[in-house]
Amino acid sequence: MRSKELSVERQTGLWRCTDLRKGLCGLRHPWLVSAGYSCSGPFCATAVAVKTLPLQTASTDVTDRILNLPLQMPDFFRLSELFSLKDLFDARVHLGHKKGCRHRLMEPYLFGSRLDQDIIDLDQTVEHLQSALNFTAHIAYRGGVILFVSRRRQFGQLVEITAQDCGEYAHTRYWQGGLLTNAPIQYGSGVRLPDLIVFLSTLNNVFQQHVGVRDAAKMNIPTVGLVDSNCNPSLVTYPVPGNDDTPAAMELYCRLFKMTINRAKDKRRQMELLQGLSAAGLTPGS
Amino acid sequence: MNRLSGEEWQGGHYLSVPLSSHTHTNAHLQRHTRTHTHTHTHTFTLSRVVPSVAALMTWLHSAAFTRRLARSIAYLFPSGLFDNKAKPLMKHPDEVFPKQRAVQWGADGRPFHFLFYTGKQSYYSLMHDTFTKALAVEKHQDRLRGKGLFTQDAKQISLVGSRWLLKEELEELLVETISDHDYARFIQLMERLLSLPYCSAEEDFVQRYRRQLEIQSSKQQVQPLQYDQHGVAYSTGDGRRKTATGTVLLRDSGSGSISINGTNYVHYFPVLQDREQLMFPLHFMGVLGRFDMQCSVSGGGHSSQAGALRLAISRAMLSFLSEGQVETMRQAGLLTPDPRIKERKKPGQEGARRKFTWKKR
Repeated sequence: MRSKELSVERQTGLWRCTDLRKGLCGLRHPWLVSAGYSCSGPFCATAVAVKTLPLQTASTDVTDRILNLPLQMPDFFRLSELFSLKDLFDARVHLGHKKGCRHRLMEPYLFGSRLDQDIIDLDQTVEHLQSALNFTAHIAYRGGVILFVSRRRQFGQLVEITAQDCGEYAHTRYWQGGLLTNAPIQYGSGVRLPDLIVFLSTLNNVFQQHVGVRDAAKMNIPTVGLVDSNCNPSLVTYPVPGNDDTPAAMELYCRLFKMTINRAKDKRRQMELLQGLSAAGLTPGS
Repeated sequence: MNRLSGEEWQGGHYLSVPLSSHTHTNAHLQRHTRTHTHTHTHTFTLSRVVPSVAALMTWLHSAAFTRRLARSIAYLFPSGLFDNKAKPLMKHPDEVFPKQRAVQWGADGRPFHFLFYTGKQSYYSLMHDTFTKALAVEKHQDRLRGKGLFTQDAKQISLVGSRWLLKEELEELLVETISDHDYARFIQLMERLLSLPYCSAEEDFVQRYRRQLEIQSSKQQVQPLQYDQHGVAYSTGDGRRKTATGTVLLRDSGSGSISINGTNYVHYFPVLQDREQLMFPLHFMGVLGRFDMQCSVSGGGHSSQAGALRLAISRAMLSFLSEGQVETMRQAGLLTPDPRIKERKKPGQEGARRKFTWKKR
């Protein structure tokens, strides 16, 4: 491992000298130097991580059980019963934009086009929406901060009301540049950034990609995004191909997200009560 | 310095002049000097005041002693530092420290307000609430239309005599800085809410963002009417214009005669413009032939004297008029003194504005 690293370093020319070898940097045959030195350089040190095991107390056991139990089942929150393909069809989720507005990267998600209007493949939408809602539910279960973003003025009020109803946050206004990337200065130090951003429309008012998509990717924040046939799905973690222009479709999505988050939070409270009761029951007995 | 003998110390000579060095050698001299010094020294016999050391300590710690001491110091070392007038003038902390926001999130880091991540939570929350109310009013109207009870002449909110909150006042209310664009959008949204026929349901909400205008004419001070021995009403007024000052005595039930400094107004003001200035207040209120006027004026030229008299006549007339007429006169500009005076000459120039002739070479 050591010699392989060194050879790579030599080839790339990134030979960094420690204080012992400073004078020998300009040598033509640096491998003579490498033969005798000890493994103490910054690029070669083998990190010996001493893992200190945390004390296993009763409370950490309970917390681990609460957090790990949902991860063992594929659909712990039973979100597949919230919607069906027919509901999506009735809400006109399959209707995309015209052929001229089509984004190249959306072609895999399209079923086809009829009279120049793109039709989104609802089978794929169901799978994507299922995984997106599942992810949202897990984030909400763990008490994460969820931010709903949409720059469509038609649905701004609806999105804000949805966020208020599930106890999460919304941003349907003008996006100031440094909201995610310059957060400590904009909000004050010690601010907590969102753990998940849900884009109910990834475009802004001038039909360009919303700045939040790129910023979330920069700040390592996972995103769930509703991508229409004119959107770019590449930077979105959980893209959901679907229509974002019809009021019926938007109301369906808002309802689904609200029910998911409320269900997840209720489940968390339920689990805490149950585990708390079982822990209280165990300790006096044992 | 000689050490005092134990006998003298216990005798209680508290403050006494030290005995000279040669006294202890000559006893008779010692006795003489002792009596000599005894008469000339100030002796404060502590034993006469306080019987013991313990009692002395009690006295020194007592409130009475503290008060006496404070009074003595104040008398011996007078100082103006503790006067009421010498106290520093400090503003209320609210005026010095502007209202700041408390921490916006809880112990787990979750912000309290659902619009926190927008950056301007109070402003956007206000916009959200206003729009919610507008939607509610529209829904109410639709329901009435459905029942067939919709009428255009519903009770409207009265906006007369009030103005919208200024941008600074709104910033103060929200404890947040907003831009001009944001303020304009807010006013636009409120106007849209007010344009709905059934907006009277949200009157309280709207009035929270309006301020009453002060009525200007209520600041006018109108002298009460005076009556002379024949029961004729009269009033006086004075006015100034440039360097001219004039006073007027207005008498009711007259024939419209005017005398200025004892002479007829036609002879005093041969120029038509000056006579028009005198007539204008009476002509405006339509009381041309009603009053008799006795004027006196001095200073200035003919034009400024006419202007001064015009202001004096208007002020004298106020006593005879109602509040609405007073407001009309104020809006016509009859009660505003003309502030224009001769502009001073500046150095490096020939006059107030005229510069010296510019010479190319």
